[in-house]
Amino acid sequence: MKPIDNKKRRTWWAVPFIAIIGLTLYGCPSQQNLAGSSDAAQKVYVAPGEHDEFYGMFSGGYSGQMTVYGLPSGRHLYTIPVFSQAPVSGYGYSEETKPMLQTTHGFIPWDDAHHPEMSQTDGVPDGRWIFINANNTPRVARIDFANFQTAEIIEIPNAAGNHASPFVTTNTEYISAATRFSIPMDEETLENQDVSISSYAENFKGTLSFIKVGEEGEMNIDFQILVPGFNYDLSHAGKGPSADWSFFTSYNTEEAHTLLERNASRNDKDFIAAVNWRKAAELVANGEGREIPAPHYRNYMDHNEQRAKSELVETVTVIDPIENPGIIYYLPTPKSPHGVDVDPSGRYIIGGGKLSSVLPVHSFEKMIEAIENEDFEGEVDGIPVLNYDSVIHAEVENAGIGTLHTEFDGKGYAYTTAFISSEVVKWSLETFEVVDRIDTYYSPGHLMIPGGDSMQPEGKYLVALNKITKDRYLPTGPELFHSAQLIDISGDKMELLLDFPTDGEPHYAQGIAADIVKERQIRFYQLEENNHPAATKTEADTRVERDGNNVHVYMTTIRSHFAPDNIEGIKVGDKVYFHVTNLEQDWDVPHGFAMLGARTAELLIMPGETRTLVWEPQKPGVYPFYCTDFCSALHQEMQGYARVSPAGSNVPISYGTGN
Amino acid sequence: MTALSIIAILAFTACGGADESSDRGDSTANQSTSGLTDFEMEHGIGPVNEVVELGELDTSLAEEGKAIFNAKCTACHKPTERYIGPAVGEVLERRSATYTMNMIMNPDEMTKKHPEGRKMMQEYMSPMPYQNVTIEEARAIVEYFRTIEMPEKEN
Repeated sequence: MKPIDNKKRRTWWAVPFIAIIGLTLYGCPSQQNLAGSSDAAQKVYVAPGEHDEFYGMFSGGYSGQMTVYGLPSGRHLYTIPVFSQAPVSGYGYSEETKPMLQTTHGFIPWDDAHHPEMSQTDGVPDGRWIFINANNTPRVARIDFANFQTAEIIEIPNAAGNHASPFVTTNTEYISAATRFSIPMDEETLENQDVSISSYAENFKGTLSFIKVGEEGEMNIDFQILVPGFNYDLSHAGKGPSADWSFFTSYNTEEAHTLLERNASRNDKDFIAAVNWRKAAELVANGEGREIPAPHYRNYMDHNEQRAKSELVETVTVIDPIENPGIIYYLPTPKSPHGVDVDPSGRYIIGGGKLSSVLPVHSFEKMIEAIENEDFEGEVDGIPVLNYDSVIHAEVENAGIGTLHTEFDGKGYAYTTAFISSEVVKWSLETFEVVDRIDTYYSPGHLMIPGGDSMQPEGKYLVALNKITKDRYLPTGPELFHSAQLIDISGDKMELLLDFPTDGEPHYAQGIAADIVKERQIRFYQLEENNHPAATKTEADTRVERDGNNVHVYMTTIRSHFAPDNIEGIKVGDKVYFHVTNLEQDWDVPHGFAMLGARTAELLIMPGETRTLVWEPQKPGVYPFYCTDFCSALHQEMQGYARVSPAGSNVPISYGTGN
Repeated sequence: MTALSIIAILAFTACGGADESSDRGDSTANQSTSGLTDFEMEHGIGPVNEVVELGELDTSLAEEGKAIFNAKCTACHKPTERYIGPAVGEVLERRSATYTMNMIMNPDEMTKKHPEGRKMMQEYMSPMPYQNVTIEEARAIVEYFRTIEMPEKEN
């Protein structure tokens, strides 16, 4: 990259890093005024049978899941497997759900899921869907709030380390994806190249992807913008006046490829990329950009057939800023910024400069003015770099050390996490001065206020998502669940109310008023609408059929028996498919199905649903199967037997129940 | 559809007793000791709150009922013999058509609150599941039950 004019460099951005290392990760828990008091206890107590006020949707990080907590109670309500196999339900194990984890690298049963992001209408979370990114093998998933299940996963080609994702525009027109780890790309095809790693500066590139979201939530990559090979870290779309823009932080503008800890921390400023997504979309719609081969899978739940399907999409459209000026600009931002957060009015763009001693606040209005006046201080690969002094609106002083992420309360205040100084800092969007601060235990990464990144935050609670737990809970060996802390932000002073442990490594969370989601809930699947090709809707239709070495068992469950529950005629060498349909039509009556020796998980079949387990018996004998989910007083009686005869034997297929 | 939504409400207000017996039938009706009205004691608790008169046998309605029964009920009931639940061919010997329809449509409340329903639950141990049957479908099922001939009992 071309060097930037550094005459306006502010020396105090360079934090004496060594000096603050000593402060990291060691807090001395002082007695909070409120924590542990009966006042705090009353504020978080949700009486038996009562419901929480908010759903908290937390990423599971390296669990590949999303976890659901009630707020203010901190109760763990549910876990949604997304980029992970879940033995508890058979997600990723059953024939119906395995296609969800299909990629061009094959079946990938794990990922690192970072950022839940809710769909929005008019800049407000609408409770339809929640998206989450996969960092490792780049993907984005959509979870349907109607049933809290993963409905779709799309793979992102021409990218690696999909971190700045999946941030949503104000009417869910697009969600973002981007390259955190740039990779060498062929100039024409963008294919990953076999080149020396040391040729980073010359060959490595990044992409910013815009995924179009359809009426039913279906995701398609509309276009990718080719960008210099920095590390694109986080993103947020604008809102209100800035609604047509998306902002992406970057670090490693040094383009280092080894020991980034040191080598990517040299520049005093990195960039926030401002993308005019609406303009880019119009250009692409008018035939700009080029379509290139980029095979990637789109896996989706076919609700009619109740099973996931994979389709291979062959191409993407790539648009180059050099050939299409005006779609992207760089805002210099101190220093190695993590979060980029847009206030509820859409006027301010706040960078979480994690190595900066001030918190930079850019003005959208000034940015537009600088673009119009061509007030540039340089350019990188054809992308204009705006003049810092022309776009910066304020620098918040004393905002803590290691600032990462800011959300808003809708009452004129912003709240920023400071990882190194282990605190949440409250500051005014009018004076840009810090008005309050509170210690967290320990080292917060992100924070969450319900609706806190939308146009209508509900500024009652804040959750700090801490990275380090240490002594906060009963010890559980070397590894402890991460500690989240609920903070009351309804008054002038922040007050700590509650610690609660969270599963995996929650990076990020979203909150939404429970009422919005509650009214959308499906209680069971209508049996009439189950068009699974292997569904069995009445006991009279249950049967066992041989097809070469495949044996298909069409089975039903209802409290509390299987039909059929005695099966004979299976042979060693057969592949036995148990297609199990749960005939119940009532809320919260799933049945389980487990088969001795099956090299897979159980099935947990919701009422009205069909799920398939494959069993390849290895030895002759009689093998029991049973229901795992306690369903009635006679649940223990819910069992059956499958007889396995030696290969080549002539025991005919036979089956039955109660005869 | 209104009938369905009533059923849904009844089926899902499992606890808390928010809407219990506030506007159930005739408020001046005599209350039996179990808190149920005389009507409910005889005809069950549920969305059918008027006595259903069985007229001439309607064979085409019975055919319809048989199809619905086969789809939604045969996992637990057989026409002439006990299975998970009782043989349905003899139900109308014991119960009114109205009671039978309420049992089909509102099994959860019936097996919890109605003394006869509770007795059945104790005898059979498996709860009769809610199967999303409309009032018209329940009526057709009852018509089908009228056509089932039970075998002679051996004494």
